[in-house]
Amino acid sequence: MSDQSEPIVRYTAPERANHWMVAILFILAALGGLSLFHPYFFWLSNLFGSGTWTRILHPFIGTLMFLSFLGLTGRFWAHNRITAADRQWMSQMGDVLNKRRDRLPEVGRYNAGQKYLFWVMVATMILLLISGILFWQPWFAPYFPIGLIRVAVVVHALSAFVLIMGIIVHIYAAIWTKGSISAMTRGTVTAAWAKHHHPGWYREVSKEVKQ
Amino acid sequence: MALQSLDVIRRSATTTASPHQRETAEVAKLIDVSKCIGCKACQVACMEWNDVRDEIGTNVGVYDNPPDLSGASWTVMRYSEVETDRGLEWLIRKDGCMHCADPGCLKACPAPGAIIQYGNGIVDFHQENCIGCGYCITGCPFNIPRISKKDSKVYKCTLCSDRVAVGLEPACIKSCPTGALVFGTKEDMKHHAEGRIKDLNERGFKNAGLYDPPGVNGTHVMYVLQHADKPEIYHGLARNPSISAWVSIWKGATKPIASWLLGIAALAGFVHYITVGPNEVEKEEKE
Repeated sequence: MSDQSEPIVRYTAPERANHWMVAILFILAALGGLSLFHPYFFWLSNLFGSGTWTRILHPFIGTLMFLSFLGLTGRFWAHNRITAADRQWMSQMGDVLNKRRDRLPEVGRYNAGQKYLFWVMVATMILLLISGILFWQPWFAPYFPIGLIRVAVVVHALSAFVLIMGIIVHIYAAIWTKGSISAMTRGTVTAAWAKHHHPGWYREVSKEVKQ
Repeated sequence: MALQSLDVIRRSATTTASPHQRETAEVAKLIDVSKCIGCKACQVACMEWNDVRDEIGTNVGVYDNPPDLSGASWTVMRYSEVETDRGLEWLIRKDGCMHCADPGCLKACPAPGAIIQYGNGIVDFHQENCIGCGYCITGCPFNIPRISKKDSKVYKCTLCSDRVAVGLEPACIKSCPTGALVFGTKEDMKHHAEGRIKDLNERGFKNAGLYDPPGVNGTHVMYVLQHADKPEIYHGLARNPSISAWVSIWKGATKPIASWLLGIAALAGFVHYITVGPNEVEKEEKE
């Protein structure tokens, strides 16, 4: 197998467009959300014009992010079922981080880290949407009891923290694993990359090609 | 006025010290519910001094008018008809900001300098910094701040901070015809309340007392209540108000810790990259 072989398609154009739409909306939602999260970050509200503009725009950006994420959820749901091998893979995080690939169970289209991240995103996006609507001023907040709003602000901040943490891991994993980023920019990966990082998936796709 | 003032103890969403060179005595408004006749002169004085006019509403069947606080009504009279050991009583409570020593609104506010606490105890909203998020409403244990439908900014009683700053008493105090409203230093007001409570005790109100709730470290608006053992009969006055535990979790140590963790996570990635190195396909596999 040589690196000059035909690249393998990992993501189609609609999948890539959808991913980047979510990514851009996430960055905007995170910047706006962080500026209201703690005074450390309030200066970020200047990126949106002012604190007031941040307050106005953030919920709309967040809702759009949720809606575009629904597209990704539908596209990738079936690829992310957790198996026994995945649980084994997660328990050997030390081996993962130190690139001792030979000690780990075989990886399919996605490794367990990617799968768990997917489910973390599904869960936090739902929590963020519901809790966010509960204290969305001035449209919805007045309709909800104060006790519920107090829980919602905590759930919203906590889910946002977990999601941002997850995305830090996601972005780092893409930088760390050389050859991954082209999957989301050009849609393709090299055969060597697929064989090395996702051997189970490589076997499947090469079978399909032969048939 | 906030930052020119030299007696600010706390500003919302600010992690550095506030200008507090000047030492000022703590002030308080004392509302003697037993002397209030419900004339609403204080409501009118408040509208007049602050030059705000609420929309003309409709009669809701009771004296409460306007029926609730709003962006333009910073104090309202709450009327309750209650059966007590003394028979039917008509209890009238002037509702508005309590100016807590531990203000939940200020704690919750994410906008720097939108809420100010002065050395004299007044908690003031500075609408020019307000972003209209409503977090102060979430933080307030007394259900006081209101978002204006006109401009999406929050408003509430300022305890006439502009008048007090130049040595005048709040407008409502000026207008009270029965002396139910008194203003002065917090110490003097407590002393005054003692006399009133003694008088009420002598007149058979065994449970008369001062409402200065310790759960918010005391307030700078205090009530003399005929039935201090049952504050809730005064239109739901909170028995033991304090900042909700949820708000404390939300605004306490959690967020600075979470902020640091985000930074540490990003840093950990960098350290991992330069120590372990990138996860690459080895040369022999490529060939």
